[in-house]
Amino acid sequence: MKTEILKIAAAHLKPFLLILSLVVLYRGHNEPGGGFIAGLLAGMAYVIYAGAFGVGKAKQLRLAKPMFFMGLGIGIALFSGMIGLMNGAESIFTGVWTTLTFGTYSLKLGTPLLFDLGVYLTVAGMLVKIIFTVMEEDV
Amino acid sequence: MLFLPVLIPLISIVLLIGFRHSLKYQQGLSIVSVFAQLFAAVSILLKLSGNGHLVAQAGGWPAPFGIGFVADYTSGLLLLAVSLVAIGSVIYSIGFVDFDRQKNGLFLLYQGLLAGVNGALLTGDIFNLYVWFEVMVISSFVLITLGSEKLQLRASVKYLVMNLIGSMLFVAAIGLLYSQMGTLNMADLAYKVRLQPAPPLVNSAIMLFFIAFGIKAAVFPFFFWLPASYPTPPIAVTAFFGATLTKVGVYVMLRFYSMFAQLDVAFWQPVIFVVAGLTMVFGVLMAASSYDIRKILSFHIVSQIGYMLMGIGLFSVVGLAGAILFIVHNMFSKTATFMAGGLIYLYKGSYDLKKLGWIYKTKPLLAFLFLIPALSLAGIPPTPGFFGKFLLLYAGFDGAHWSITIVALVVSILTLFSMVKIWNEAMWKPEKITADLVAKKVHPAAWMGTFIVVLLTLFLGLTIGYTYDYFAEAARQLLDPMSYIKAVLPETP
Amino acid sequence: MSLLMAILIGFLYAVSIYLLLRRSIVKLVLGILFLSYATNLMLFFAGGLTETSPAFADPNAGAEIIQTSDPLPQALILTALVIGFGVAAFSMVLIYRFYKETGTVDLDELSEPEKS
Repeated sequence: MKTEILKIAAAHLKPFLLILSLVVLYRGHNEPGGGFIAGLLAGMAYVIYAGAFGVGKAKQLRLAKPMFFMGLGIGIALFSGMIGLMNGAESIFTGVWTTLTFGTYSLKLGTPLLFDLGVYLTVAGMLVKIIFTVMEEDV
Repeated sequence: MLFLPVLIPLISIVLLIGFRHSLKYQQGLSIVSVFAQLFAAVSILLKLSGNGHLVAQAGGWPAPFGIGFVADYTSGLLLLAVSLVAIGSVIYSIGFVDFDRQKNGLFLLYQGLLAGVNGALLTGDIFNLYVWFEVMVISSFVLITLGSEKLQLRASVKYLVMNLIGSMLFVAAIGLLYSQMGTLNMADLAYKVRLQPAPPLVNSAIMLFFIAFGIKAAVFPFFFWLPASYPTPPIAVTAFFGATLTKVGVYVMLRFYSMFAQLDVAFWQPVIFVVAGLTMVFGVLMAASSYDIRKILSFHIVSQIGYMLMGIGLFSVVGLAGAILFIVHNMFSKTATFMAGGLIYLYKGSYDLKKLGWIYKTKPLLAFLFLIPALSLAGIPPTPGFFGKFLLLYAGFDGAHWSITIVALVVSILTLFSMVKIWNEAMWKPEKITADLVAKKVHPAAWMGTFIVVLLTLFLGLTIGYTYDYFAEAARQLLDPMSYIKAVLPETP
Repeated sequence: MSLLMAILIGFLYAVSIYLLLRRSIVKLVLGILFLSYATNLMLFFAGGLTETSPAFADPNAGAEIIQTSDPLPQALILTALVIGFGVAAFSMVLIYRFYKETGTVDLDELSEPEKS
């Protein structure tokens, strides 16, 4: 499936999908979206790339380290559960919220977002890992 | 505090991924992790005495809304047993499993399995239970296929399909239950079921739950996947499976019986007894007719599940204490027999009883290590298997449940027969080919793991006078679900 | 509406069981997928089927919106979907390995006599 059209499209889709996945990740708390879907989007960016250029090339990409991201993701998700404890809450996974303001813009951050980030990294890593494993042996 | 048994394996997973290139670090880290889980289990058990139940709510959300973890003596004792077996299994696996499998994430999957098991033992929410079950089952899927041998792949298809059907029935039951009762917190549900006669669909949901757990625990009509799939992965993995997966299924049945089904004893008791009796008989008959050590032991897992179910059905202090003791004893004895079987394989290169022989002459220590847990499975004093069976039979005669008790007695004779068969064939029979076929050096860790679990078996049997109190206390808590409900929902009248 | 949904769910279960009982391992995996779809749909309707009630309340609407649909079954499905995703991914890899190792997708061809 090595066509020029797909190659050009994949190269341009990759950054677009990654940015889109971050947007979906951020809006996930109050609107449709969230870590899982965003992770699938981010993973798809790499899967399409691998489909166009072959797994060998996709593996050389800077961010294509699925196992590392899976570990990091689980670690971040667990860490988000501990933040509440450090703030003196009684139980793990107690939510902590802060709002950052830059002039007129305000950014609402909290441990659920951090947890979602962990899910995002884990899902993206897992998707890439599994599909790379299957595709690799095909070539 | 109560979350530690789940957090420790999860954190270990992160660290194990970090150390994925160094096998030495992975092995060391796994051992540290299982010892940390032992510490967590012991501290939970110590904290239980005097408190009754321990409750913790994730995120600080109050009881019926948030996800809560609840520990009582039953879950505490099983946590302790799981962590002890895990220590033995991890050490044994270092010595037994080939390096390829160890490098490809064996220890990672062990920790995943442990996270699932510990979570399922502690959670107080039915949907959360499903999630932990899936964590456990998916880890076991990967473990059973790890290495991708032809036989393994074929067996794993059966394992996968049966377990997935079980999971889906579980989710369907959750849907039914939620649509009828509007809550999934176990304590809240148990309370609401007791307030007024439950809508009829709740009974169907509970039946679906029992079928789902029946598949996971490998009880009578649903047990065929277990002997088909357990013998295929390396026996170290099988030993760990035998100690954890089915036993968690039984634990959940125990919990659900105590919470919901005991309201309708007239219906459930005969069902449980029939299923228990058939499970025992079928398992042991198939075991007696097999000639492969792994097959015999796998069929024995099924047979022994029947005894645990019998204890659930009896539902008296002695019966339940016997059932819990039986679960714990089975974790130790079964794992130990599997491990000793694995050592035989390492020395002789076969599991086939027809080819084996003279182990008693050439490796007397190995024969002895096999003998203790085998006698325990057959129920000879002073092993814990004897005490477990004694309690169950005592409770059976005490409650005048004659037929199931007599079945249990007959089955235990057949169990003794099949254990003696392994002994006669593998240990005493003169070997046809006299030279050691595979006389390679065995990693000392494999011996050490076996030693640990055999010693645990002996220890449990010899100290039963002291430990019985804990089992009886666990049984008393199960008999009084109101105490569980009150611990989780303090406002209930 | 709920009758229609009940029929649909039953149909999905029937499809999945038919596929599970076929000999081909590919159809087996499809059967597993249908099984999980049927179950998820059932879980979805466990919260009660209400029309035109949103899952998220609009914070600007004030007291006007009283009825929202029950969010819990949706959260449960999301979890079940994620698990289903993991299982589906695993079974895909499994059938792929299975095919590579054995060269067939027919389960019956593999049922060699038990050796013991």
